[in-house]
Amino acid sequence: MEHFALWLAAFLTLGIISFLYKDNAWYKLTEAIFVGLSAGYWFVTLFWDNFYGKFWIGKGEHAYLYVGAFLGLLMLLRLIPKIGWISRWPLSFIVGATSGLWLINYFSSNIMKQVQATIFPLFSSQYGAGFDAGAATVIGNLVIFLGTFTGLVYFFFSKEHKGAFGYTAKVGIWVIMITFGASFGYTVMSRMSLFIGRIDFLLSDWLGMIL
Amino acid sequence: MRREIPLIITGIVGVGFVIQYFIPHAPFSYMSDWFSDWFSIVGACAIVLGALNLMKMSAQKVIRKKKDWGYALVIIASFLLIVIIGLSEGKDFRVPGTRFDWLYNYMYIPLSATMFAILAFFVASASYRAFRARNFEATLLLVAAFFVMLGRVPVGDVLSGFMPEGWRLSDLASWVMNYPQSAGQRAIMIGIGLGIVSTSLRVILGIERSHIGGGK
Repeated sequence: MEHFALWLAAFLTLGIISFLYKDNAWYKLTEAIFVGLSAGYWFVTLFWDNFYGKFWIGKGEHAYLYVGAFLGLLMLLRLIPKIGWISRWPLSFIVGATSGLWLINYFSSNIMKQVQATIFPLFSSQYGAGFDAGAATVIGNLVIFLGTFTGLVYFFFSKEHKGAFGYTAKVGIWVIMITFGASFGYTVMSRMSLFIGRIDFLLSDWLGMIL
Repeated sequence: MRREIPLIITGIVGVGFVIQYFIPHAPFSYMSDWFSDWFSIVGACAIVLGALNLMKMSAQKVIRKKKDWGYALVIIASFLLIVIIGLSEGKDFRVPGTRFDWLYNYMYIPLSATMFAILAFFVASASYRAFRARNFEATLLLVAAFFVMLGRVPVGDVLSGFMPEGWRLSDLASWVMNYPQSAGQRAIMIGIGLGIVSTSLRVILGIERSHIGGGK
Protein backbone atom coordinates (compact mmCIF):
# COMPACT_ATOMS: atom_id res chain seq x y z
CA MET A 1 0.00 0.00 0.00
CA GLU A 2 2.86 2.34 0.88
CA HIS A 3 4.43 1.65 -2.52
CA PHE A 4 1.16 2.43 -4.33
CA ALA A 5 0.72 5.61 -2.26
CA LEU A 6 4.17 6.88 -3.25
CA TRP A 7 3.51 6.22 -6.95
CA LEU A 8 0.11 7.93 -6.71
CA ALA A 9 1.60 11.00 -4.99
CA ALA A 10 4.37 11.13 -7.60
CA PHE A 11 1.83 10.80 -10.44
CA LEU A 12 -0.20 13.72 -9.05
CA THR A 13 2.91 15.86 -8.37
CA LEU A 14 4.27 15.33 -11.89
CA GLY A 15 0.82 16.01 -13.35
CA ILE A 16 0.72 19.48 -11.79
CA ILE A 17 4.37 20.18 -12.72
CA SER A 18 3.61 19.19 -16.35
CA PHE A 19 1.73 22.50 -16.68
CA LEU A 20 5.13 24.23 -16.83
CA TYR A 21 5.51 22.67 -20.30
CA LYS A 22 1.97 23.55 -21.46
CA ASP A 23 -1.70 22.99 -20.62
CA ASN A 24 -2.26 19.26 -21.18
CA ALA A 25 -4.67 16.39 -20.38
CA TRP A 26 -2.53 15.09 -17.48
CA TYR A 27 -2.55 18.50 -15.80
CA LYS A 28 -6.30 18.91 -16.37
CA LEU A 29 -6.93 15.50 -14.79
CA THR A 30 -4.85 16.30 -11.67
CA GLU A 31 -6.40 19.77 -11.47
CA ALA A 32 -9.91 18.24 -11.51
CA ILE A 33 -8.90 15.78 -8.77
CA PHE A 34 -7.51 18.70 -6.72
CA VAL A 35 -10.71 20.75 -7.12
CA GLY A 36 -12.93 17.83 -6.09
CA LEU A 37 -10.72 16.81 -3.16
CA SER A 38 -10.44 20.40 -1.85
CA ALA A 39 -14.21 20.93 -1.91
CA GLY A 40 -14.76 17.54 -0.29
CA TYR A 41 -12.05 18.10 2.31
CA TRP A 42 -13.68 21.33 3.52
CA PHE A 43 -17.14 19.74 3.37
CA VAL A 44 -16.05 16.90 5.68
CA THR A 45 -14.03 19.16 7.99
CA LEU A 46 -16.89 21.64 8.43
CA PHE A 47 -19.41 18.86 8.91
CA TRP A 48 -17.51 17.25 11.82
CA ASP A 49 -16.08 20.42 13.38
CA ASN A 50 -18.99 22.80 12.95
CA PHE A 51 -22.24 20.87 12.54
CA TYR A 52 -21.48 17.73 14.55
CA GLY A 53 -19.33 19.61 17.09
CA LYS A 54 -21.96 22.25 17.76
CA PHE A 55 -25.25 20.36 17.37
CA TRP A 56 -24.55 16.78 18.40
CA ILE A 57 -22.04 17.18 21.19
CA GLY A 58 -23.73 20.27 22.61
CA LYS A 59 -27.33 19.29 21.77
CA GLY A 60 -30.02 20.43 24.14
CA GLU A 61 -27.69 22.76 26.02
CA HIS A 62 -27.49 25.60 23.55
CA ALA A 63 -30.87 26.06 21.89
CA TYR A 64 -29.77 29.40 20.42
CA LEU A 65 -27.54 27.49 17.97
CA TYR A 66 -30.67 26.48 16.04
CA VAL A 67 -31.10 30.11 14.98
CA GLY A 68 -27.68 29.83 13.36
CA ALA A 69 -28.71 26.53 11.76
CA PHE A 70 -31.89 28.18 10.43
CA LEU A 71 -29.86 31.03 8.94
CA GLY A 72 -27.48 28.46 7.44
CA LEU A 73 -30.39 26.62 5.81
CA LEU A 74 -31.67 29.89 4.39
CA MET A 75 -28.23 30.36 2.83
CA LEU A 76 -28.63 27.03 0.97
CA LEU A 77 -31.87 28.34 -0.62
CA ARG A 78 -29.64 30.10 -3.15
CA LEU A 79 -29.60 26.75 -4.96
CA ILE A 80 -33.34 27.21 -5.70
CA PRO A 81 -33.59 30.19 -8.09
CA LYS A 82 -37.27 31.04 -7.32
CA ILE A 83 -36.71 31.66 -3.61
CA GLY A 84 -32.99 32.35 -3.85
CA TRP A 85 -33.54 35.95 -2.70
CA ILE A 86 -34.11 34.71 0.89
CA SER A 87 -30.40 33.83 1.03
CA ARG A 88 -29.80 37.60 1.30
CA TRP A 89 -30.84 37.39 4.98
CA PRO A 90 -28.01 35.14 6.21
CA LEU A 91 -25.66 36.97 3.85
CA SER A 92 -26.68 40.27 5.48
CA PHE A 93 -26.06 38.68 8.86
CA ILE A 94 -22.53 37.71 7.79
CA VAL A 95 -21.84 41.17 6.30
CA GLY A 96 -23.26 42.97 9.37
CA ALA A 97 -21.34 40.77 11.82
CA THR A 98 -18.11 41.16 9.86
CA SER A 99 -18.56 44.94 9.65
CA GLY A 100 -19.27 45.30 13.39
CA LEU A 101 -16.39 43.04 14.36
CA TRP A 102 -13.88 44.55 11.95
CA LEU A 103 -14.88 48.13 12.79
CA ILE A 104 -13.65 47.59 16.33
CA ASN A 105 -10.85 45.08 15.74
CA TYR A 106 -9.19 46.90 12.86
CA PHE A 107 -9.43 50.24 14.63
CA SER A 108 -7.73 48.70 17.61
CA SER A 109 -5.15 46.38 16.00
CA ASN A 110 -4.43 47.92 12.58
CA ILE A 111 -4.57 51.58 13.56
CA MET A 112 -3.99 52.30 17.26
CA LYS A 113 -1.64 49.37 17.99
CA GLN A 114 0.42 50.01 14.84
CA VAL A 115 0.76 53.73 15.57
CA GLN A 116 1.74 52.88 19.14
CA ALA A 117 4.29 50.28 17.96
CA THR A 118 5.81 52.89 15.63
CA ILE A 119 6.19 55.70 18.19
CA PHE A 120 6.71 53.69 21.38
CA PRO A 121 10.27 52.40 20.66
CA LEU A 122 11.50 55.98 20.14
CA PHE A 123 10.90 56.78 23.80
CA SER A 124 10.68 53.30 25.32
CA SER A 125 11.68 52.79 28.96
CA GLN A 126 13.06 49.37 27.99
CA TYR A 127 16.30 51.20 27.05
CA GLY A 128 16.73 52.43 30.63
CA ALA A 129 16.38 55.86 32.20
CA GLY A 130 19.39 57.15 30.22
CA PHE A 131 18.08 55.70 26.95
CA ASP A 132 21.18 53.58 26.37
CA ALA A 133 19.99 51.92 23.13
CA GLY A 134 22.70 51.19 20.55
CA ALA A 135 23.10 53.34 17.42
CA ALA A 136 21.80 50.51 15.19
CA THR A 137 18.61 50.22 17.25
CA VAL A 138 18.03 53.98 17.24
CA ILE A 139 18.58 54.18 13.48
CA GLY A 140 16.30 51.16 12.92
CA ASN A 141 13.53 52.68 15.03
CA LEU A 142 13.87 56.01 13.19
CA VAL A 143 13.70 54.22 9.81
CA ILE A 144 10.45 52.54 10.91
CA PHE A 145 8.97 55.80 12.22
CA LEU A 146 9.93 57.92 9.20
CA GLY A 147 9.06 55.12 6.75
CA THR A 148 5.61 54.65 8.24
CA PHE A 149 4.94 58.39 8.39
CA THR A 150 6.08 59.10 4.82
CA GLY A 151 4.22 56.00 3.56
CA LEU A 152 1.02 57.30 5.12
CA VAL A 153 1.60 60.74 3.60
CA TYR A 154 1.89 59.06 0.17
CA PHE A 155 -1.51 57.38 0.70
CA PHE A 156 -3.16 60.72 1.56
CA PHE A 157 -4.71 61.73 -1.73
CA SER A 158 -6.98 64.52 -0.48
CA LYS A 159 -4.14 67.00 -0.84
CA GLU A 160 -2.08 67.54 -3.98
CA HIS A 161 1.44 66.10 -3.70
CA LYS A 162 3.31 69.40 -4.05
CA GLY A 163 6.06 71.23 -2.13
CA ALA A 164 7.19 69.77 1.24
CA PHE A 165 4.16 67.45 1.24
CA GLY A 166 5.15 66.22 -2.22
CA TYR A 167 8.77 65.56 -1.17
CA THR A 168 7.55 63.61 1.88
CA ALA A 169 5.21 61.58 -0.33
CA LYS A 170 8.16 60.94 -2.67
CA VAL A 171 10.12 59.37 0.20
CA GLY A 172 6.94 57.45 1.06
CA ILE A 173 6.76 55.85 -2.39
CA TRP A 174 10.44 54.82 -2.06
CA VAL A 175 9.60 53.04 1.20
CA ILE A 176 6.55 51.40 -0.39
CA MET A 177 8.67 50.24 -3.35
CA ILE A 178 11.26 48.68 -1.03
CA THR A 179 8.39 46.97 0.82
CA PHE A 180 6.91 45.57 -2.38
CA GLY A 181 10.32 44.41 -3.60
CA ALA A 182 11.18 42.71 -0.30
CA SER A 183 7.73 41.10 -0.05
CA PHE A 184 8.03 39.89 -3.63
CA GLY A 185 11.47 38.38 -2.97
CA TYR A 186 10.20 36.72 0.18
CA THR A 187 7.18 35.24 -1.63
CA VAL A 188 9.31 33.89 -4.49
CA MET A 189 11.69 32.26 -2.02
CA SER A 190 8.85 30.64 -0.06
CA ARG A 191 7.35 29.22 -3.26
CA MET A 192 10.82 28.01 -4.30
CA SER A 193 11.15 26.31 -0.93
CA LEU A 194 7.86 24.48 -1.58
CA PHE A 195 9.10 23.46 -5.04
CA ILE A 196 12.37 22.16 -3.61
CA GLY A 197 10.26 20.14 -1.15
CA ARG A 198 8.34 18.52 -4.02
CA ILE A 199 11.53 17.78 -5.99
CA ASP A 200 13.02 16.31 -2.80
CA PHE A 201 9.96 14.06 -2.50
CA LEU A 202 10.33 12.87 -6.10
CA LEU A 203 14.09 12.24 -5.90
CA SER A 204 14.34 10.80 -2.40
CA ASP A 205 10.98 9.31 -1.31
CA TRP A 206 9.82 8.13 -4.74
CA LEU A 207 12.99 7.34 -6.73
CA GLY A 208 15.33 6.84 -3.76
CA MET A 209 18.11 8.76 -5.53
CA ILE A 210 18.93 10.89 -2.47
CA LEU A 211 19.55 8.95 0.71
CA MET B 1 -39.20 44.13 1.53
CA ARG B 2 -36.65 41.99 -0.31
CA ARG B 3 -34.09 44.77 0.08
CA GLU B 4 -35.24 46.41 3.35
CA ILE B 5 -35.10 43.30 5.59
CA PRO B 6 -31.47 42.48 4.69
CA LEU B 7 -30.50 46.13 5.37
CA ILE B 8 -32.19 46.00 8.80
CA ILE B 9 -30.45 42.69 9.65
CA THR B 10 -27.07 44.16 8.63
CA GLY B 11 -27.62 47.28 10.74
CA ILE B 12 -28.82 45.47 13.89
CA VAL B 13 -26.11 42.80 13.81
CA GLY B 14 -23.38 45.36 13.05
CA VAL B 15 -24.45 47.67 15.89
CA GLY B 16 -24.79 44.63 18.20
CA PHE B 17 -21.18 43.63 17.57
CA VAL B 18 -19.98 47.18 18.22
CA ILE B 19 -22.00 47.51 21.47
CA GLN B 20 -20.79 44.19 22.94
CA TYR B 21 -17.22 45.54 22.77
CA PHE B 22 -18.09 48.49 25.01
CA ILE B 23 -20.68 46.85 27.33
CA PRO B 24 -19.39 43.46 28.46
CA HIS B 25 -22.51 42.67 30.54
CA ALA B 26 -25.72 40.70 29.91
CA PRO B 27 -27.41 40.65 27.47
CA PHE B 28 -24.64 42.07 25.29
CA SER B 29 -22.01 39.64 26.57
CA TYR B 30 -24.25 36.71 25.50
CA MET B 31 -24.88 38.37 22.16
CA SER B 32 -21.18 38.23 21.39
CA ASP B 33 -21.08 34.44 21.92
CA TRP B 34 -24.36 33.86 20.12
CA PHE B 35 -23.43 35.97 17.12
CA SER B 36 -19.98 34.34 16.93
CA ASP B 37 -21.50 30.84 16.88
CA TRP B 38 -24.16 31.83 14.35
CA PHE B 39 -21.45 33.44 12.27
CA SER B 40 -19.38 30.24 12.17
CA ILE B 41 -22.48 28.11 11.36
CA VAL B 42 -23.61 30.40 8.54
CA GLY B 43 -20.01 30.64 7.27
CA ALA B 44 -19.81 26.82 7.24
CA CYS B 45 -23.11 26.68 5.32
CA ALA B 46 -21.71 29.17 2.80
CA ILE B 47 -18.76 26.86 2.12
CA VAL B 48 -21.10 23.85 1.88
CA LEU B 49 -23.18 25.91 -0.56
CA GLY B 50 -20.05 26.51 -2.62
CA ALA B 51 -19.25 22.77 -2.68
CA LEU B 52 -22.84 21.85 -3.63
CA ASN B 53 -22.83 24.52 -6.31
CA LEU B 54 -19.63 23.05 -7.73
CA MET B 55 -21.35 19.64 -7.86
CA LYS B 56 -24.42 21.16 -9.54
CA MET B 57 -22.33 22.91 -12.21
CA SER B 58 -20.19 19.83 -12.81
CA ALA B 59 -23.25 17.54 -13.03
CA GLN B 60 -24.87 19.90 -15.58
CA LYS B 61 -21.67 19.82 -17.62
CA VAL B 62 -21.65 16.01 -17.60
CA ILE B 63 -25.37 15.65 -18.41
CA ARG B 64 -25.19 18.13 -21.31
CA LYS B 65 -21.91 16.57 -22.52
CA LYS B 66 -20.25 19.99 -22.71
CA LYS B 67 -16.57 20.42 -23.67
CA ASP B 68 -14.21 18.68 -21.18
CA TRP B 69 -17.15 17.00 -19.41
CA GLY B 70 -14.85 14.12 -18.48
CA TYR B 71 -12.92 16.38 -16.11
CA ALA B 72 -16.20 17.47 -14.50
CA LEU B 73 -16.90 13.78 -13.88
CA VAL B 74 -13.47 13.47 -12.19
CA ILE B 75 -14.36 16.46 -9.95
CA ILE B 76 -17.60 14.76 -8.86
CA ALA B 77 -15.87 11.40 -8.33
CA SER B 78 -13.03 12.83 -6.22
CA PHE B 79 -15.48 14.96 -4.21
CA LEU B 80 -17.71 11.95 -3.47
CA LEU B 81 -14.68 9.76 -2.68
CA ILE B 82 -13.33 12.04 0.06
CA VAL B 83 -16.80 12.96 1.40
CA ILE B 84 -17.96 9.32 1.71
CA ILE B 85 -14.70 8.25 3.33
CA GLY B 86 -14.59 11.32 5.60
CA LEU B 87 -18.18 10.89 6.79
CA SER B 88 -17.81 7.15 7.31
CA GLU B 89 -14.68 7.62 9.44
CA GLY B 90 -16.60 9.41 12.18
CA LYS B 91 -15.49 12.40 14.22
CA ASP B 92 -11.90 11.07 14.50
CA PHE B 93 -11.48 11.29 10.75
CA ARG B 94 -8.17 13.15 11.05
CA VAL B 95 -6.43 10.57 13.26
CA PRO B 96 -3.26 9.19 11.58
CA GLY B 97 -3.86 5.84 9.95
CA THR B 98 -7.45 6.48 8.85
CA ARG B 99 -8.43 6.30 5.16
CA PHE B 100 -9.17 10.03 5.22
CA ASP B 101 -5.65 10.67 6.54
CA TRP B 102 -4.27 8.50 3.71
CA LEU B 103 -6.16 10.56 1.12
CA TYR B 104 -4.99 13.76 2.78
CA ASN B 105 -1.30 12.77 2.90
CA TYR B 106 -0.92 11.04 -0.46
CA MET B 107 -3.35 13.00 -2.63
CA TYR B 108 -4.38 16.35 -1.14
CA ILE B 109 -0.94 17.41 0.19
CA PRO B 110 1.05 16.55 -3.00
CA LEU B 111 -1.55 18.35 -5.14
CA SER B 112 -1.85 21.51 -3.05
CA ALA B 113 1.90 21.82 -2.31
CA THR B 114 2.82 21.38 -5.99
CA MET B 115 0.08 23.76 -7.12
CA PHE B 116 1.51 26.51 -4.88
CA ALA B 117 5.09 25.55 -5.73
CA ILE B 118 4.68 26.09 -9.49
CA LEU B 119 3.43 29.62 -8.75
CA ALA B 120 7.12 30.46 -8.18
CA PHE B 121 7.73 30.05 -11.92
CA PHE B 122 4.76 32.20 -12.91
CA VAL B 123 5.72 34.93 -10.45
CA ALA B 124 9.32 34.82 -11.71
CA SER B 125 8.25 34.89 -15.38
CA ALA B 126 5.74 37.71 -14.81
CA SER B 127 8.35 39.74 -12.92
CA TYR B 128 10.90 39.17 -15.67
CA ARG B 129 8.46 40.76 -18.12
CA ALA B 130 7.18 43.51 -15.80
CA PHE B 131 10.30 44.52 -13.83
CA ARG B 132 12.37 47.06 -15.66
CA ALA B 133 14.68 49.56 -13.98
CA ARG B 134 12.89 52.37 -15.84
CA ASN B 135 13.13 54.90 -13.01
CA PHE B 136 14.45 55.26 -9.47
CA GLU B 137 11.33 53.75 -7.80
CA ALA B 138 11.35 50.65 -10.04
CA THR B 139 15.08 50.23 -9.39
CA LEU B 140 14.48 50.34 -5.62
CA LEU B 141 11.88 47.57 -5.97
CA LEU B 142 14.24 45.47 -8.09
CA VAL B 143 17.23 45.94 -5.76
CA ALA B 144 15.19 45.17 -2.61
CA ALA B 145 13.83 41.96 -4.21
CA PHE B 146 17.33 40.99 -5.39
CA PHE B 147 18.92 41.41 -1.95
CA VAL B 148 16.11 39.60 -0.12
CA MET B 149 16.19 36.64 -2.55
CA LEU B 150 19.99 36.37 -2.52
CA GLY B 151 20.18 36.90 1.24
CA ARG B 152 17.80 34.00 1.92
CA VAL B 153 19.99 31.34 0.29
CA PRO B 154 23.47 30.06 1.33
CA VAL B 155 25.09 31.33 -1.88
CA GLY B 156 24.34 34.89 -0.69
CA ASP B 157 26.67 34.49 2.27
CA VAL B 158 29.28 32.73 0.14
CA LEU B 159 29.35 35.68 -2.28
CA SER B 160 29.60 38.22 0.55
CA GLY B 161 31.92 36.09 2.71
CA PHE B 162 34.71 38.70 2.47
CA MET B 163 32.49 41.24 4.30
CA PRO B 164 32.68 41.52 8.11
CA GLU B 165 30.10 39.70 10.26
CA GLY B 166 26.82 41.63 10.34
CA TRP B 167 27.32 43.17 6.87
CA ARG B 168 26.82 40.06 4.74
CA LEU B 169 23.93 39.60 2.31
CA SER B 170 21.85 37.56 4.78
CA ASP B 171 22.26 40.36 7.38
CA LEU B 172 21.34 42.98 4.79
CA ALA B 173 18.23 40.95 3.78
CA SER B 174 17.20 40.65 7.43
CA TRP B 175 17.68 44.40 7.96
CA VAL B 176 15.57 45.22 4.89
CA MET B 177 12.83 42.84 6.10
CA ASN B 178 12.93 44.15 9.71
CA TYR B 179 13.07 47.91 9.12
CA PRO B 180 12.12 49.51 5.76
CA GLN B 181 9.84 46.57 4.87
CA SER B 182 8.16 46.74 8.29
CA ALA B 183 7.68 50.50 7.91
CA GLY B 184 6.01 50.11 4.50
CA GLN B 185 3.86 47.21 5.71
CA ARG B 186 2.79 49.28 8.71
CA ALA B 187 1.78 52.23 6.51
CA ILE B 188 -0.21 49.84 4.30
CA MET B 189 -1.82 48.18 7.35
CA ILE B 190 -2.85 51.52 8.83
CA GLY B 191 -4.28 52.53 5.45
CA ILE B 192 -6.20 49.24 5.20
CA GLY B 193 -7.46 49.72 8.77
CA LEU B 194 -8.77 53.19 8.00
CA GLY B 195 -10.43 51.90 4.82
CA ILE B 196 -12.10 48.99 6.63
CA VAL B 197 -13.37 51.21 9.46
CA SER B 198 -14.96 53.66 7.02
CA THR B 199 -16.42 50.89 4.81
CA SER B 200 -17.82 49.05 7.87
CA LEU B 201 -19.52 52.25 9.02
CA ARG B 202 -21.04 52.71 5.56
CA VAL B 203 -22.31 49.10 5.56
CA ILE B 204 -23.82 49.30 9.05
CA LEU B 205 -25.51 52.62 8.27
CA GLY B 206 -26.93 51.21 5.02
CA ILE B 207 -25.05 53.63 2.74
CA GLU B 208 -23.08 50.79 1.15
CA ARG B 209 -25.57 48.22 -0.22
CA SER B 210 -23.61 46.26 -2.82
CA HIS B 211 -23.75 43.04 -0.73
CA ILE B 212 -27.53 42.85 -1.31
CA GLY B 213 -26.95 42.69 -5.05
CA GLY B 214 -29.12 43.94 -7.87
CA GLY B 215 -32.73 43.10 -8.69
CA LYS B 216 -35.80 43.43 -6.50
